[in-house]
Amino acid sequence: MAKRIGLATWQEITTGCVVFDPGSASEYHTGSWRAQRPIWDNAKCIKCGICYVFCPEGCVQQSEDGFFKANLDYCKGCGICAHECWPRAITIVEEK
Amino acid sequence: MAKRVGMEVAVAVAEAVGQCDIDMAAVYPITPQSHIAEHLSDLVADGKIDAEFVTVESEHSAMSAVIGASGTGARVYTATSSQGLMLMHELLPIASGMRLPIVMGIANRAVSGPLNILNDHSDIMPQRDSGWISIFVENGQEAVDVSIQAFKIAEHKDVNLPVCVNIDGFQLTHMVEPLEFPDQELVDKFLPPRVPYATLHPSKPVTMGAFAMSDYFTEMQKAKDEALINSKKVILEVWDEWAKMFGRAYKPVETYKADDAEILMLTMGSMGETAEMAIDALRAKGVSVGLIKLRLWRPFPFEEIKAVLKAAKKLIVTDRAVSFGGPGGPVFSEIKSALYSEARRPAIYNYIIGLGGRDVTVKDFIGMVEKVIPCSAEKTVDTYEYWGVRES
Repeated sequence: MAKRIGLATWQEITTGCVVFDPGSASEYHTGSWRAQRPIWDNAKCIKCGICYVFCPEGCVQQSEDGFFKANLDYCKGCGICAHECWPRAITIVEEK
Repeated sequence: MAKRVGMEVAVAVAEAVGQCDIDMAAVYPITPQSHIAEHLSDLVADGKIDAEFVTVESEHSAMSAVIGASGTGARVYTATSSQGLMLMHELLPIASGMRLPIVMGIANRAVSGPLNILNDHSDIMPQRDSGWISIFVENGQEAVDVSIQAFKIAEHKDVNLPVCVNIDGFQLTHMVEPLEFPDQELVDKFLPPRVPYATLHPSKPVTMGAFAMSDYFTEMQKAKDEALINSKKVILEVWDEWAKMFGRAYKPVETYKADDAEILMLTMGSMGETAEMAIDALRAKGVSVGLIKLRLWRPFPFEEIKAVLKAAKKLIVTDRAVSFGGPGGPVFSEIKSALYSEARRPAIYNYIIGLGGRDVTVKDFIGMVEKVIPCSAEKTVDTYEYWGVRES
């Protein structure tokens, strides 16, 4: 079911759209709404993680090198990470 | 054979629901529904039925509570009226969208303002497009029967939709009528335990009421619409089975002396029996007149309505609600839609009657028929009139 979201016909969807498989939200890429995206300047980043803490989508992740990036499958471009970032390492740019 | 008892209809509805092996009810009292809430809570408190009665602080909570309980697979019931139904409004399409077989009794009452507690259909009409099966009853016996049938219809595997039973407030709820309750043994046979398509249970987690965006929403609405349209087949089957088991037949559109009638009148709800008396009086005077009683409001019985209107020259549609700034009463609009594609259709007249509990008497129905007799059926004019409104 989860893999068919967006593709299923009206006859194929389950009664009441009950989702029987757990984890389907992770398969639903809601980042398509986004009009803007965050860009990290790792030269300014102090790896404090406040972007990770404040992201309302929980889509900011720490890489192995300790820096952060947003998973653009889910990032809505809200800009909260950039607003909270005190070294001003994050800028919000228009999607093209 | 079941015994006849004299009982107030609202109390009888609670008794009938008590025969349905419900697991849970959440009912917030509101005039004129309160006696359903009171008696159902009595049945639970006295240990006469094995169910949870959840006391809630509003109708919004009542509907929310039965949605949650129904999601666990429970058989649930609620009831309301007027402002209470308006407060539930937000949740009604959620209940049908989640395809939960909730049964709700509605003691139909006028919606404010001005504040009014008496009967008309202005509470159910704004809920028309909520995706609920909606049935009107005409007397106490029908209220008892349909309240039981509703569970079977709602829970059918091809339906899985909520059902509301419209019981005219006061005109029906507060009448003491001679009523026949079906034998419990037969009800148990008629209404087996619910088999839910999914349940909320930690042993097998599922998501109900999930999020759906534009890529998915249309398909969901289409599926719900098809389910509602197709529910008519199940409703007819359930009514057939009821007739065989209990001897009382139900049809989506009932008729009275309508077969050869040139003029037909249409009512919905408790006014039908008063209108029948008017038909008898007019027939005695030689007027070719008959009555149509619309029982099934959603899904709307298009085929049945077309079939009974085939030969009539004139049709009077009565409405107990107003569609402000609209084309006429809500029932009238539907009947007109049903007839648009027909090559042969009657001239149609709409009278708004019985608002806010105003009495509709035999004389009123006779008056409506006599008013359309001189109208030329060839010349169809839009008639949309508040019957008996004071004018200066």
